[in-house]
Amino acid sequence: MPKVTVDGVEIEVPQGATVLQACELAGKEIPRFCYHERLSIAGNCRMCLVEVAPGPPKPQASCALPAAEGQTIRTDSEMVKKAREGAMEFLLINHPLDCPICDQGGECDLQDQAMAYGRGASRYDENKRAVTEKYMGPLIKTTMTRCIHCTRCVRFSEEIAGVDEIGALYRGENMQITTYLEKAARHEMSANVIDLCPVGALTSRPYAFEARPWELKKTLGIDVSDACGANIRVDSRGREVLRVLPRVNDDVNEEWISDKGRFQIDGLTRRRLDRPWIRRDGKLVAASWDEAFAAVAAVRPGASVAAIAGDLLDCETMFAAKKLVGALGSNLLEGRQTGMDYDTSSLAAVNFNSTFAGIETADAILIVGSNVRREAPLVNVRLRKAVRKGARVFLIGPEWATTFGGEFLGDDLSLLGKLPGHVAEALAQAERPAVIIGGAALARGALGAGLGLASWFKLVREGWNGFNVLHLAAARMGGLMLGYAQPGGIADLIAARPKLLLALGADEVDYARFADSTVVYIGHHGDKGAHAADIVLPASAYTEKAGTYVNTEGRVQFAEKAVFAPGDAREDWTILRALADALGVPVGFDSFEELRAAMVAEVPALGVEGLAGYGALPAGGGWAEGTFAYPVKDFYLTNPIARSSPTMQRCSAELLHGEDFAEAAE
Amino acid sequence: MALADKDRIFTNLYGYQPWNLKAAQARGDWDDTRAILAKGRDAIIEEIKASGLRGRGGAGFPTGLKWSFMPREPNPARPGFLVINADESEPGSCKDREIIRHDPHKLIEGALVAGFAMGARAAYIYIRGEYIREAETLFAAVQEANDAGLIGRNACGSGYDFDVFVHRGAGAYICGEETAMIESIEGKKGQPRLKPPFPAGAGLYGCPTTVNNVESIAVAPTIMRRGAAWFSSFGRDNNKGTKLFQISGHVDRPCVVEEEMGIPFRELIERHCGGIRGGWDNLLAVIPGGSSVPLVPGGQCPDMLMDFDGCKALGSGLGTAAVIVMDKSTDIVRAISRLSYFYKHESCGQCTPCREGTGWMWRVMERLRTGDAQPEEIDMLQQVTKQVEGHTICALGDAAAWPIQGLIRHFRPELERRIAENVREAAE
Repeated sequence: MPKVTVDGVEIEVPQGATVLQACELAGKEIPRFCYHERLSIAGNCRMCLVEVAPGPPKPQASCALPAAEGQTIRTDSEMVKKAREGAMEFLLINHPLDCPICDQGGECDLQDQAMAYGRGASRYDENKRAVTEKYMGPLIKTTMTRCIHCTRCVRFSEEIAGVDEIGALYRGENMQITTYLEKAARHEMSANVIDLCPVGALTSRPYAFEARPWELKKTLGIDVSDACGANIRVDSRGREVLRVLPRVNDDVNEEWISDKGRFQIDGLTRRRLDRPWIRRDGKLVAASWDEAFAAVAAVRPGASVAAIAGDLLDCETMFAAKKLVGALGSNLLEGRQTGMDYDTSSLAAVNFNSTFAGIETADAILIVGSNVRREAPLVNVRLRKAVRKGARVFLIGPEWATTFGGEFLGDDLSLLGKLPGHVAEALAQAERPAVIIGGAALARGALGAGLGLASWFKLVREGWNGFNVLHLAAARMGGLMLGYAQPGGIADLIAARPKLLLALGADEVDYARFADSTVVYIGHHGDKGAHAADIVLPASAYTEKAGTYVNTEGRVQFAEKAVFAPGDAREDWTILRALADALGVPVGFDSFEELRAAMVAEVPALGVEGLAGYGALPAGGGWAEGTFAYPVKDFYLTNPIARSSPTMQRCSAELLHGEDFAEAAE
Repeated sequence: MALADKDRIFTNLYGYQPWNLKAAQARGDWDDTRAILAKGRDAIIEEIKASGLRGRGGAGFPTGLKWSFMPREPNPARPGFLVINADESEPGSCKDREIIRHDPHKLIEGALVAGFAMGARAAYIYIRGEYIREAETLFAAVQEANDAGLIGRNACGSGYDFDVFVHRGAGAYICGEETAMIESIEGKKGQPRLKPPFPAGAGLYGCPTTVNNVESIAVAPTIMRRGAAWFSSFGRDNNKGTKLFQISGHVDRPCVVEEEMGIPFRELIERHCGGIRGGWDNLLAVIPGGSSVPLVPGGQCPDMLMDFDGCKALGSGLGTAAVIVMDKSTDIVRAISRLSYFYKHESCGQCTPCREGTGWMWRVMERLRTGDAQPEEIDMLQQVTKQVEGHTICALGDAAAWPIQGLIRHFRPELERRIAENVREAAE
């Protein structure tokens, strides 16, 4: 470990650290624009210059210089101050300085660093350069005159997203950053360049001119658009959620989120259920809460009750419903809306055991029935990292455009029983082999065969568990922990013909099969579930309630409440608590704290943030065969919030269905 | 002390004989190259080191030392490469062009000798896009050498496999920078890489690579044949050998000529160029090493020794020895402003000081040309050049700054005169 001296303080830095990292360890702030921890080093902004001895008698770019034994680094000398002022002045001469009309204002690196390190006045008397706008799709708004050519966006799309879409045209002061042929950026993580852009060149199109950062209330949340459980920050003003940004969590999402998680939020104010509805003569008519509760009580279900959990639910809602159903004398709970009936006796067998951070270190990966790019973009990023480190990836299923290469073996699940020789050899010889079973494979009953591979290739070994199931629903693992699974899946509920069916935000169910039941829909959007319901009780979306979520790794995470639900809508647990009174049964909690305490008492793992831990992987076996299609048909419209979102609809139309949205048409 | 004809390396510099293999062999090229290779890698590198040859591309790094940075043990997974820089784009430079079109076999033989000495698997000759006829000649010459078994598998019967590829550029000055050239050969946008890692560690396709100028490579076989002692008998310590000088501008007969290093400027001009146009009193300034070095005012020129240290002593540099002579009819501010435009045009745009600074400097230069400026802007321009110099990834920033610094150092009264006259005009 080399020892270096930073401004007179001697410190020891890790092997391979750069001078910039050494300075940070010493507590010195080094201004930078192009350097980013998760991207390759470009060294082009020249803002991080420091004085290093021994070395040439000129300032050195600290981001690109390895720290070496015995270096003396100065960050406070006259030379460094001058170098920073110089770089800052150059960056600003062609920058429009239109901060008052720039959406980056208040959270702009250029603004902050100009205040801290600039010289205060410009000596540039010539005309400034102007650059025409570049069309980057419905999510990214560009003002390329503001661009400082740090190339973070270029490096992100090349290295992280794996799609060579953004690049630089021309050279010298005419250099321009643009997408290929000015087409929209077409990948699921594209909007992360908005966060990466240190200036206001790339900003959020849906959020344009909405708010200033200091007006916003920041709430810590968990994304529910897929089963990854990305950590997000919900920025709201008044009752409206204005934007969602990623939070740094190296175990889950690093610092990225998918475009859907970021931009589905404008669906939160549209098609909302904001008052109770009761079906009369085949039509839903508006009602009061009292009327609605009376209507439910009038069903007099006795023990003939069942609950179906939707994909976006928090654990508290599912637990409250479980208590209610239990109090009525039933245990018919199911969360797998589309009819999956895989064995849930061991949760280790349906968990992403290697963890997201772990899958990066795998050296041979077999993906069975998952379009990872569409189903879990954040996992796709990890797979790409694994391949960049040398992992080999094989896929079973219909072909899709991967961002990491990989070999498609075929689309019949019978391949699981007779893997081609080179695949079996790669898995057998790998030090950290991994298998990922996707939702499509689960639906075709491939779990047993997958577990068979786990024992065959010894996926579980010292410090490594390479057996992974990749779910699609944010509520799935929490639901399974709370017992939302029947041996026969949803078919068991259909067979039981319950008088009362509680549909908790369940919008993917075939309600025709419950024609005899009174369907009470408790949810937030007027989607498929509400259309099929007899009684609609308006509830809260994920930003409107505190809750516990468990992602597909079995990672328990807590989210806080950002805003209030619209109109008469209430938080889900209060509705279920009131229903208990209406139906005349006790559920044992009167406040959210009591509810959570009861839940933790029953499932202790839900009380601790972090990986739940499900014990040993069971033995598997069995045979699967047949072809299949991936469940996510339209990445941008997978849940009721996204389906209500104009932004997501436009993405779907333009990016997936190729409708021509000329920018001129705006 | 002028160079005798028998001591010239480039014996067909003017194209009086054909360039082809047969004629080249008659001039002594490819004469028992196998024997040179038989001396072994270390012996060749030691010989080149002993000859005192310094790189002819401008920076003057000792060539033998550069070759010795390549890995000792061959690694089949990471073969070494020799990249030969024929992207001669520096305004004023035209020596590589003469070598390639009239004596290409010197270069190809040099590539084999140098490539063998550094353990390279192949040589890439990156030739400037505008050199169309030269590229045709070079392609044909490489084909000839291949057909004759001089390069390729078992080159010259030495048992060493060595390929030579010719890669055409697309006319960007920055691709003459060694790492930008590597990027360009790889098919990427020509932008310099950060150093470290240096090319000898990770260069072309991530493999160990040495980048050399055409002239540095082309003289190597002759040095091997005639010996380091012969080569180092020319010139002063630290500035050994012979060199191609390219004299352009206001002399009676502009020319490219091979001369001994350290020849005084006056002798070089009088002997080969027929003197300064209008006599020595009419000399205004000289740029001794191509556009990127500061100018030297006329009064200091006649005794300037034309080698690395001699030019450095006068605050300039030998560069590629592209001597640009300007007499008193020259609008010196306009001349330097034109160079500023060149650097603004050729900046790759990667790093901030060069991308933004070259345009700024050019615009201020244009106003100084017409006098449409304030006197204090001269100092500001000087500061801006200092803000660019030494703050960039590659040396293009320095090259853009130095000519302006030279102008301000030596011709400040001229700049002030123009500003004053323009003010007078405006007042009238």
